[in-house]
Amino acid sequence: MSTSVAPTPLPLSDEAPHDVSPARRERTGGRLLRVYTAVVIAWLSLPIIVMILFGFNDTTSRFNFVWQGWTLHWYRDLFQIPDLTDSLVNSLTIATLTTIAATILGTMIGFAMGKYRVRGRAVLDLVLFANVAAPEIALGTGLLSLFLSLGIPRGYLTILIAHIMFDIVYVAITVRARMSAYDRSLEEASEDLGAGPFTTFRLVTLPILLPGVIAGALLAFALSIDDFVITEFNAGTTQTFPLWVYGSSRVGTPPQVNVMGTLVFAFGVLLVLGNVWLMRRARRSAAGAH
Amino acid sequence: MSEDSSEQTRRDPALMRGLTQSRLGRRDVLRLFGAAGGAAFLASCGIGSQGSATDTSKTAVAGYWDTHKPTDSLTWANWPLYLDTAGKGAHPTLDRFEKQTGIQVNYIEAIQDNAPFFAKVQPSLSSGQYSGFDLAVISSGIYFNKFKELGFFLPLDQSRLTNFHKYADPRYQSEAFDPGNVLSIPWQAGFTGIGYNPAMTGREITSWEDLQDPKFEGKIGMMANNEDLPNCALLAIGVDPQKSTEADWHKAADWLSKQRPLVRQYYSQNYIGALATGDVWISMAWSGDIFQQNLSGKAVGQALKFAIPDEGGLLFTDNFVILKEAKNPVSAMMLMDYYYQPDIAAEVTEWVNYISPIPDAQKIVAADAAASSGGDRTYLDQVANSYATFPTQDTYAKTTIGFTPKVGDELNTWNSIFEPVYQS
Amino acid sequence: MRRRLAPYALILPGGLWLAVFFVVPMLAMVSVSLQSGDLSQGFRQTFDIGNYSDMVSTYHTQLVRSLVYGLLTTVITIALAYPMAYWIAFYGGRHKSTYLFLILLPFFVTFVIRTIAWQFLLADNGIVLGHLKSWGLLPERFHILATGYAVVGGLVYNFLPFMVLPIYVALERIDRQFLEAASDLFASRSQVFLRIVLPLSLPGVFAGVILTFVPASSDYVNATILGGTGQVMIGNIIETLYLTNSQYPQAAALSSILLGALLLGIFGYAKALGTRDVMDATAA
Repeated sequence: MSTSVAPTPLPLSDEAPHDVSPARRERTGGRLLRVYTAVVIAWLSLPIIVMILFGFNDTTSRFNFVWQGWTLHWYRDLFQIPDLTDSLVNSLTIATLTTIAATILGTMIGFAMGKYRVRGRAVLDLVLFANVAAPEIALGTGLLSLFLSLGIPRGYLTILIAHIMFDIVYVAITVRARMSAYDRSLEEASEDLGAGPFTTFRLVTLPILLPGVIAGALLAFALSIDDFVITEFNAGTTQTFPLWVYGSSRVGTPPQVNVMGTLVFAFGVLLVLGNVWLMRRARRSAAGAH
Repeated sequence: MSEDSSEQTRRDPALMRGLTQSRLGRRDVLRLFGAAGGAAFLASCGIGSQGSATDTSKTAVAGYWDTHKPTDSLTWANWPLYLDTAGKGAHPTLDRFEKQTGIQVNYIEAIQDNAPFFAKVQPSLSSGQYSGFDLAVISSGIYFNKFKELGFFLPLDQSRLTNFHKYADPRYQSEAFDPGNVLSIPWQAGFTGIGYNPAMTGREITSWEDLQDPKFEGKIGMMANNEDLPNCALLAIGVDPQKSTEADWHKAADWLSKQRPLVRQYYSQNYIGALATGDVWISMAWSGDIFQQNLSGKAVGQALKFAIPDEGGLLFTDNFVILKEAKNPVSAMMLMDYYYQPDIAAEVTEWVNYISPIPDAQKIVAADAAASSGGDRTYLDQVANSYATFPTQDTYAKTTIGFTPKVGDELNTWNSIFEPVYQS
Repeated sequence: MRRRLAPYALILPGGLWLAVFFVVPMLAMVSVSLQSGDLSQGFRQTFDIGNYSDMVSTYHTQLVRSLVYGLLTTVITIALAYPMAYWIAFYGGRHKSTYLFLILLPFFVTFVIRTIAWQFLLADNGIVLGHLKSWGLLPERFHILATGYAVVGGLVYNFLPFMVLPIYVALERIDRQFLEAASDLFASRSQVFLRIVLPLSLPGVFAGVILTFVPASSDYVNATILGGTGQVMIGNIIETLYLTNSQYPQAAALSSILLGALLLGIFGYAKALGTRDVMDATAA
């Protein structure tokens, strides 16, 4: 299944009789590492399997802890707990709005930083780096301190503000990274042919940037839906899905949480696979066009 | 995932250096100082005072209620496991209220403990905004006083409390922390004692000292709040909380510190989960939680026990209150009074297993028991006769109301002595 | 003229958002940390730096514990991640993206749910320990939850991809011709690794260290769900002070202390090693 990267030497004939061939040594090393990687991937997947499995547990206890049989009724009664449903809706709407705003603002930054020599880029660079590297709890408590000082009550709006704040950074970074592969001569060619700057952007730049922008948007969506720490400090009485689940861990997490987690997981996987398939198709048609 | 084609361009070292080298020039530093100047402005701000006590004079109260009418919805914040629940998350008594009155009730188990709930709603209430909740259930004690002091409670409309005045136990109509029920009426009352799994402890539990038994090391749960925990520690060292002095508080804290290495965790709500899953064998507990867990854990063969220790247990009241800026106060009053009908109260107690404030409910539960059979009958008999749901005078005598330090210096001292035990 | 303004116009909206909601809050937090008072009487600016010394003396145990847990987490994740990143980079072939995808797959589930699932798996009488105990292999009282092992285990689990990705990206970049040249010059496999691969992959390792150590030290969710009384981390204290006690000045002081300590490391890293590797790993 795996192909070793270094060129495979000729088989054993040229080697000293008691020496294990480099090829064989490589294959053993490679096999050990392959087994190791498989084991780690399995370990990484363990909690996911538990989550999916216990969405089918026919439990009567408040604590979804002991296996009591198979059932689909949690899927049917998915929206039975009103504030859980509300929290999921909040998470989805916040993530959507955040993604839209952060993708626009972040793409603009990433594009500008990648294309132009901007004065003060060092500061901007540092700010972006500090945002990624700094602990989330500091970002969250900082915002909370700001809202406290200004007397702004915490709720849906403050969560939105917080999410857009950190998502701008990730979109900007992703777009900027794609910009380094960007071929400026295409833009120049388009302008030589008489297209104005906006037309050039729309017909030449944007389509090339699009994969990066989409990757940034997907990242922004995923980060927003999953965010816990920054949200906890700035949510007030509003609940998002991770917040609700954290609260429920004290009194028993209902199976609906497992089901929702499973569905969000499946949706996310489909999104990524879909994105990959689209990119492969685009690449193939681009290659075919040549 | 990164595209392989971009790898080529990325490998140009000069380009990469140019793109990413961090160079803080003079102008950039100056700009940062400009930002710091903005911060200096912020530095002069403080976070203002958060409220003051409500005007509870009769004219003011009447003036408020005269201008409000019933609405068609209501948000009720309660503790978990504190309302009768049928399968699929329905609450029968609540559903019947909705049908009778047409008022849609948004029931949220938002209260894990008094302290975090207070912290959650305080910011909105302090800025004069709706907290998201009309009706809440707050325990008598420190946080009740905090809410009261900051003016976060709406004085009740006494004219809408007909069932309450008719059916409530007189003891709950004259409570020290809210005489005349100006701001609250009880939802349920309960005992704080010790919950344990006899199969794991191997013996009966009779004393607070049992929570320090080295045999239970790593399997002991305690509560993480500044009301139950310190008061039970005071009882453990043989001091009446109401008569305790600061010296006693220090002794109680020492008792707790001695115990700390044996404690698995200080829980705010989930000691019951820990008992249920076997993570702890013995824990401080609220009476109703233990009985409820036995009912829902029946299928997996569980039998927890609740004990009021010899040194004494605590008695607490959880109270209906209406929060300031409530959008549906009249509907909230209607719901409060609805739950004082004996048959409704009986239905609630049959599930919740806490002390009902309505003595007449006991007869109804006993009648329900007589009308059923088998396991249900045994269970309902227990509820009708349990000291934890309809306590006798003897049981009440074994318990005491915890000490509530006054908000201010007294509370600050109390917190500084006890918070390090469970918050670090 | 318009040309020259274009980049600034593009950066302005997002940059302004970041300035107001990222940079200014840091300063607001320091401002709050210098105030005193309480909820009923309000908080006034008093420029009181006593909060800082108070917090360090009261909570130094938790501060140290957090940094130690962070360090342990980082070291363990390097040990676990490196072989895996190496295998994918050198033996992954055409399916490299697939393997990376499989590693990232669990992270499509909310991190709180993942941690609760570990709480379930490691329960005292659960699937793993319950069976071991019933076969007599473990004493009845044995538990993993409510110990440092559970918390560090949870941290390692949650931050493993943050270490795998940067190391992978760095290993991926190594020009294979170097390796061929080395073995043509009769270098043994371990020499190739130690003298060429390892040093060239170090920038990736350091990027992973920043992306792991900082969040692991400041995490508190793992400690809440998997830990007990002896595993309280500084993040838990900050959470309690802000969200339960409403002791805003003290909470802000503690958060500033944590941020300051970690920020020193972060900026030192940025100056010494540049921001490229961290950004590339994030963009990957």
